[in-house]
Amino acid sequence: MSKTETVYVQRFNVFARVLHLTVIISFLTLALTGMALKFADEPWAGAIASFFGSFRVLGVLHRIGAVLTFGYFFIHFILIYQNWRKSDKSFVSFVFDKTIGMVPNLQDAREIGQTIKWFVGKGPRPRYGRWTYWEKFDYFAVFWGVAVIGLTGLCLWFPTWVTHYIPGSWLNIATIIHSDEALLATGFIFTIHFFNTHIRPEKWPLDRVIFTGSVTLEELKHERPREYEMLVREGRLDDVIVDRPPTWLVIFAYVFGFTALTIGMGLVFLIMYTIFQRTFG
Amino acid sequence: MSATIGKRAGSIVTFFFVVLLALIMNSHRALSMSNEDCLECHGDEDITREADDSSVYVNAEVLAKSVHGEEECVSCHQDADTEDEHPPKLKRVNCAECHDDIGAVYEKSIHGKARSRGDALAPYCSSCHGTHDILPPKNPKSTVYVTNIPITCGRCHREGSPMTKTHDDIDQHNVLKNFSMSMHGKGLLKDGLIVAAVCTSCHTSHNVRPHTDPESTTNPKNVAKTCMHCHANIENTHRKVIRKSLWEKEPHKIPSCIECHQPHEQSKIGYQGKLSDAYCLKCHSNPNLVMPDEEGGVKSLYVDTDEYDEFRGTLHKKNKIACVKCHSNMDSARDPVCKGSGPVDCSACHPQQSDVYAKSIHGKLLAELDPNAPGCTDCHGKHNNMSKANPDSPINPINIPNLCGACHQEGKKAAVRRKGGEQKIVATYSMSIHGKGLVKSGLLVSATCASCHTGHSILPPADAQSTVNRNHLSDTCESCHYGVARKIQQSIHNPPFGADTSRFPICSDCHSAHGAARVSEAAFRKQQANECAKCHQEQVETYRESYHGKASMLAGGERAAQCSDCHGSHTILAATDPDSTLAGPNAVKTCRKCHPGANLSFTTYRTHATHGDKKRNPDMYYAFWSMTSLLLGTFSLFGLHTLLWFPRSFKERMKMIRKAREQKR
Repeated sequence: MSKTETVYVQRFNVFARVLHLTVIISFLTLALTGMALKFADEPWAGAIASFFGSFRVLGVLHRIGAVLTFGYFFIHFILIYQNWRKSDKSFVSFVFDKTIGMVPNLQDAREIGQTIKWFVGKGPRPRYGRWTYWEKFDYFAVFWGVAVIGLTGLCLWFPTWVTHYIPGSWLNIATIIHSDEALLATGFIFTIHFFNTHIRPEKWPLDRVIFTGSVTLEELKHERPREYEMLVREGRLDDVIVDRPPTWLVIFAYVFGFTALTIGMGLVFLIMYTIFQRTFG
Repeated sequence: MSATIGKRAGSIVTFFFVVLLALIMNSHRALSMSNEDCLECHGDEDITREADDSSVYVNAEVLAKSVHGEEECVSCHQDADTEDEHPPKLKRVNCAECHDDIGAVYEKSIHGKARSRGDALAPYCSSCHGTHDILPPKNPKSTVYVTNIPITCGRCHREGSPMTKTHDDIDQHNVLKNFSMSMHGKGLLKDGLIVAAVCTSCHTSHNVRPHTDPESTTNPKNVAKTCMHCHANIENTHRKVIRKSLWEKEPHKIPSCIECHQPHEQSKIGYQGKLSDAYCLKCHSNPNLVMPDEEGGVKSLYVDTDEYDEFRGTLHKKNKIACVKCHSNMDSARDPVCKGSGPVDCSACHPQQSDVYAKSIHGKLLAELDPNAPGCTDCHGKHNNMSKANPDSPINPINIPNLCGACHQEGKKAAVRRKGGEQKIVATYSMSIHGKGLVKSGLLVSATCASCHTGHSILPPADAQSTVNRNHLSDTCESCHYGVARKIQQSIHNPPFGADTSRFPICSDCHSAHGAARVSEAAFRKQQANECAKCHQEQVETYRESYHGKASMLAGGERAAQCSDCHGSHTILAATDPDSTLAGPNAVKTCRKCHPGANLSFTTYRTHATHGDKKRNPDMYYAFWSMTSLLLGTFSLFGLHTLLWFPRSFKERMKMIRKAREQKR
């Protein structure tokens, strides 16, 4: 199979890709600046603060990250709206769509079972569709995370305002929730999400699809046979075939992707090391 | 009646004694000439000497009233006792015939010696006492009566007299005039006090000697004794200036009276002549003047007069203090007089400072002959010693850190002895608010080394008497920071009566001693929690778990709220005290310093609360453990998922690689 014969299929449109780019930038910013404060007595946290000059700079960057997060969180609904308009479906059937919807369904539960069997060698690779169950988890984790971290974060951002409505002593609780939920989010994204998406040997070292937006047809057939079949059945395969991604985009994907991966894994390593030391040291 | 009888009886007794004395002294021959015989000629007012036409008239009445009124003329004028006419020029009467003890003293006096030398101006007995008119010294008309002595002595010792004109070796001038202006002279002449000292009170009548003569009553060594004839117990008056014990034991160590109280006047000329500064500088102005030192080398004895100059503000020179006042151990028996005079003892004039110094660590070490211990001159300088107000003085506040630093620095003299502790004291100090105030802002009121450690009574902090001892340090700081000390007295940090003071903080517990920084400075603010943690460990730990505490540990953390921002500093009170900055409405005000919209609800935020304290903060405890459970649950689930996935994924990758290879073939 020569290069000219390689067919590319679009997985993410520009809108989705730009949105995820925003997620990466804001999340890395929030994680770096927030963890530097959470682990302030660690030398690496001091180094981060010193790099930016002052904890006040960290605070400003963290709030910029928060604004971006709230921004993409709401803009994302525009994406849903767009997709819904394209789909010619009722909103409810669009949301709960079993082929391209994000809401988990029975098929996902079945695939969890099939996946475990496949992991232990007791079954074939499950025939995943457009969204796997772990991808759906990731998606809703952001919903949950933004809601929990975002709300508590707003309390801490505007303490004098919120204490008109809640007692100041609740800010202690808000701090704990914000901080630990952030630890969960950071830990999850920089380990589980990174593994599922990039680090696992099949994808190693980087899955560039979120940057270039397209996968090869072969990849689609292998990874998401149910989606491929759906596209063929619905006769939409030709609609999603795109040109090979331009070289500059590929280079950008690798440079940016590796940078983000390095920062994320570096940070999570430091956090894990610190927690390990504090717990067992 | 009885008085007349008594007088007559007295006269008779006197007469018999005189006759008896005359018989004994002239036993070899009988007196042939009576007073009547002499007065036959000498009673004539016009009688003169043939040689020079001078009168040789003797007033019989005056003679009769004199002390020698009962004497025969020839008892004194022995060579006139002839049957025939006596020689035209009689010998000078020799008073020592009768007054032999006085004669012997006189012979050794400067007057007697001058006379032996043939000095025509040297006084005879008669120069002072008169001839036929001699009256007892108690008689107010006597030339040697106390009030007349200055006049009698002044006949020769006055300016312009033949004697003063020719005897330029006498270094005192205008003696009579100066005396009359002096305390003694005024007492005598103005107040009519016959107990006031006159010439003879100090110089004696017959044993007058130059002050350079060690036997002289006015020799510097004897002056104190001489003065103390009248000024007994004078050492009690001078105890503040001169160490009392030295009066008896080592009088040479104290300046003699006349060095301050000029002999004949109250100006400050000092000894002119042999021991004047000019005399000393005859040799000591030579830059090459040296003496051998203990190590076999040489030590310069050159005195740079430019350096030791009143116009340069040199303190001792400004006060016209002569060389010998400090170098007091001069001895005319030595050549030169200063030979082996030893080091200067400043304690003679500065006994208080000296006493204090002797008790200081410097003084103690010096007493132990520690070669590194500083003496007076090491800090004050020798000849160039200046008032501390003088910017050139080494003890001017501006120069003190360098002065002390010359020894108190790594590798320098004081550091040789010290082990451990702060080594870079001067460097630390120069970065402190005190050091910056002094060096950078040029504020002379800034605390220097001496402000806290004192100049003379320096003691290590472990010494209970030290100004920087734990028990005294706050008082030392208070001497400048009085307002702060008053605030502390109102605060919880002020030990109540009877409390164990070691459990309460002193200034240096919060403000480091040498590196005391401006409280608004980043370094000070970032260090604050560490200082408080010395006592309030738990509170600082919980603070560091709060946002304020965490932020304060990062770069720029000085901008975050520190302990004192909420609790106050010197006026600190227990948070439970209704007057404290954290009580009720006060807390709102305190929080509003940084959070302008803060209300009472806002202040219920628990700054020191941790989720670890289940009893006090159950809500935080459960919130934390709920979150942690969620965390652990999620990670366990997905961790397991990943662990299972990894080998499978690896195999899949291998399969893909194999497939790719097969396709290639």
